[in-house]
Amino acid sequence: MAPLLELADVKARYGQVEALHGISLSVGEGEVVAVLGGNGAGKTTTLRAISGLVSTSGDVSFAGTRISRASPEKVARIGIAHVPEGRGIFSELTVHENLRLGAYLRRGGFAGDYERVRGYFPWLEDRRDQQAGTLSGGEQQMLALARALMARPRMLLLDEPSLGLAPLVVREIFRIVGELNEKDGLAVLVVEQNASLALRSSSRAYVLEVGRVALEGPSAELAENESVRKAYLGY
Amino acid sequence: MVEFAQQVVSGLASGSIYASLALAIVIIYRSTGVVNFAQGELATFTTFIAWTLIDHGLGYWLAFALTLVIAFVGGVALERIVVRPVEGGPVLTVVILTIGLFILLGGLSNWIWTAEVRSFPPNRPFPTSAWDIGGVAVSKQDAGILLVTLGLVVGLYLLFQHTKLGLAIRAAALNPTASRLVGVRVGWMLALGWGLAAAIGAVAGMFTAAAAPPLEPNMMRPVLIYAFAAAVLGGLASPVGAIVGGLTIGVMLNLIATYDTHVHLELDRMRLPIALAVILTVLLVRPAGLFGRAVVRRV
Amino acid sequence: MSRLTLARGGATVLALSVAIVAIFLAPRWDQVGDIKGAQMGVYFIAILGLNIVTGYTGQISLGHGAFMAIGGYTTAILVAEHGVRDLWTIPIAGLVAGAAGFLVGIPALRLSGLYLALATFGLAVAMPDLLSWDKLESVTKGGQAIQLFGSSDLTGKGFEDVSILGQTVTFTRAVYYLTWAVALVLLVVAWLLLRGPPGRAFRAVRDSEVAAASSGVNIAAYKTFAFAISAAYAGIAGSLLVIAVAFADPQSFPAKLSLTLLVGAVIAGLGSLWGALAGAAFIQFLPDAAVHISKAQGVPDAVYGAALILIVLLLPTGVAGGLRRALAPLTSRLYTRS
Repeated sequence: MAPLLELADVKARYGQVEALHGISLSVGEGEVVAVLGGNGAGKTTTLRAISGLVSTSGDVSFAGTRISRASPEKVARIGIAHVPEGRGIFSELTVHENLRLGAYLRRGGFAGDYERVRGYFPWLEDRRDQQAGTLSGGEQQMLALARALMARPRMLLLDEPSLGLAPLVVREIFRIVGELNEKDGLAVLVVEQNASLALRSSSRAYVLEVGRVALEGPSAELAENESVRKAYLGY
Repeated sequence: MVEFAQQVVSGLASGSIYASLALAIVIIYRSTGVVNFAQGELATFTTFIAWTLIDHGLGYWLAFALTLVIAFVGGVALERIVVRPVEGGPVLTVVILTIGLFILLGGLSNWIWTAEVRSFPPNRPFPTSAWDIGGVAVSKQDAGILLVTLGLVVGLYLLFQHTKLGLAIRAAALNPTASRLVGVRVGWMLALGWGLAAAIGAVAGMFTAAAAPPLEPNMMRPVLIYAFAAAVLGGLASPVGAIVGGLTIGVMLNLIATYDTHVHLELDRMRLPIALAVILTVLLVRPAGLFGRAVVRRV
Repeated sequence: MSRLTLARGGATVLALSVAIVAIFLAPRWDQVGDIKGAQMGVYFIAILGLNIVTGYTGQISLGHGAFMAIGGYTTAILVAEHGVRDLWTIPIAGLVAGAAGFLVGIPALRLSGLYLALATFGLAVAMPDLLSWDKLESVTKGGQAIQLFGSSDLTGKGFEDVSILGQTVTFTRAVYYLTWAVALVLLVVAWLLLRGPPGRAFRAVRDSEVAAASSGVNIAAYKTFAFAISAAYAGIAGSLLVIAVAFADPQSFPAKLSLTLLVGAVIAGLGSLWGALAGAAFIQFLPDAAVHISKAQGVPDAVYGAALILIVLLLPTGVAGGLRRALAPLTSRLYTRS
């Protein structure tokens, strides 16, 4: 079966600086795939390349459609929800407004989408009118996730969800992501610094180094391989 | 006492004109983060267009509506063609661009329609009748202007707070990247803001020409400063603030001029410096204005 | 700074100085031409100043016409009311305007880009009214013009021919020389200032206040200093303008003047010194050229506005930047690394 998301030899540059030197990866329908690597390896850039936030060459396709140089708006339209680094919520707007924006592309039926999302994050209802910027870090991350889910995406791009959060919160987030993947078949591409957590939560993983794929394979194998862990994952 | 009330009433009248232009300024600021220095000249230009339409035989209300459409389209076009290339760049660049527009439009108005004094609407001045309320004359035209301005604010409030489109416009200004990721076409939201502002500006221009004749190329110059003062006082991102600010400035300037005869500070011709003083005071003491939210600037 | 950059910087200033000297030695033309040439010099000086505050430290000023007014009125009052020799009033005007600039610079620290533009724009618009204020009549003569030499004809006392180095020149010619001599001096001063520690500090502030602050640059001091210096330049320009036309009134310093100066500075290329010559020439001679398109009013403004927009969109670094790029292949071969 053809993969849901496919990157073929994708290069990306910021101005004159090339950050990705030809990345090829794929995510299958309903799969959770992790992208690992140290700082500056190009993990975030990979997600931005998919979303069209950075200029790229090479091929990116989703569900058979070429989205290589599509605008972020178009990528969102096609069913990919991107939760960027730093969460990308609208701090000056309320929780409710953030969620409404998440559902921007949906036609009608806000209530239904909202019910679904509330199921995963029940506390959202109490904080409806609270300014998003005043939420705690963990709550903001969950809001960002909730907002992404409002669009009923086929695929989720998660950039460093654990950054700056307490372990308990991080575990909860990954639990929810896992549940979404199992129950709704949501495909997930997650970028993470916390390699062990990411490997436990995914079926496959890619390890990036300096803008290239250094290693790829089933997560279980990568996690067990001691030399791989030491060389690439730092533990 | 009657005198005081009369001054307040006429202050409200001039204040609602300032408020309407201030609204346009606030709309652009709210949706693009930019203060459009050319707002006044754009209003003048579109008012001249309305004048020309009426002069060529179009009915007043038809010309009014058509002018709003033209202004809207013009605003959208300006944003897409002139402002888009420098979007996301430094503030200075866009400011200079709007100043260029200010100079250009002022020159064009002068060139095309010359400094000849005109009345608006041409040949058919508006009803100047007034109601007498307890000795105070309230002109019907002024009342109409105030009502329309209030209506605009209500309409804008509803748009921004209670519609998906309004939310998208606000989001695009607050966080363009995140907006893109949820599918908002940020570029078009910005253009929409400019179009809306241009249309509101056209209304302000037509008010000014009718209530404070004559219609001539420089007519919005002082109004722009009063509108800036109103917008700053109210909080640059608040439509409600623009109204409150505008009415306050209008009444304040009137009262100062009236009671100056007691204090002899010769302030009747010092309206512009007073407006400047308001701008400076607000920016230095409470930059967010009356209704804005304070933004922390860290260095 | 590498010796290459230093040499290149020095060469451009040298070239500019040569240009100014050439202006000096230009063939004689009539009185009106002298005055126009002097006015161009006035704009040149004002644009230099504006460049320092807006181009170098990134503080937007839409109010420099007001500083010109302060300098101009200082000269007018001193000459007309107190009989001070016009030459001596020039540095005084600079000091007064500079002090005003300092006073403006302090609250300006608290206003970021957009707000500063608004505030200085308000200043420019309010200035003519302030100058006409009846309450200040004893100082500024209300809305009436202050005649420098007691009469509005360009003849009589004060207007007689001047003798320079043994040669007799007309008053207008003398004004022309005076303006460009001051321009040359101020250019050299600006260059020395900008290539030294203040200049580096200015650039650091413009590029990143945070970075500058953390490397120990006293931002507040340098920003206020920049404002003061640029205001002083504008004040001197205003003073020279008043001397050139021999009177001062509020209408000589309208809001539009501040905007025109900004146009000149942007065309010159913000952050560039020698582009100022092109900028000054542009704003001085455009109205004359525009008459050829149409005698209608408003044409010069339309062209100013269009030019400003086009430059911002197409040639953001102004004339200076554009020429620099065009000449780059040439100049890079002229210098070798040492």
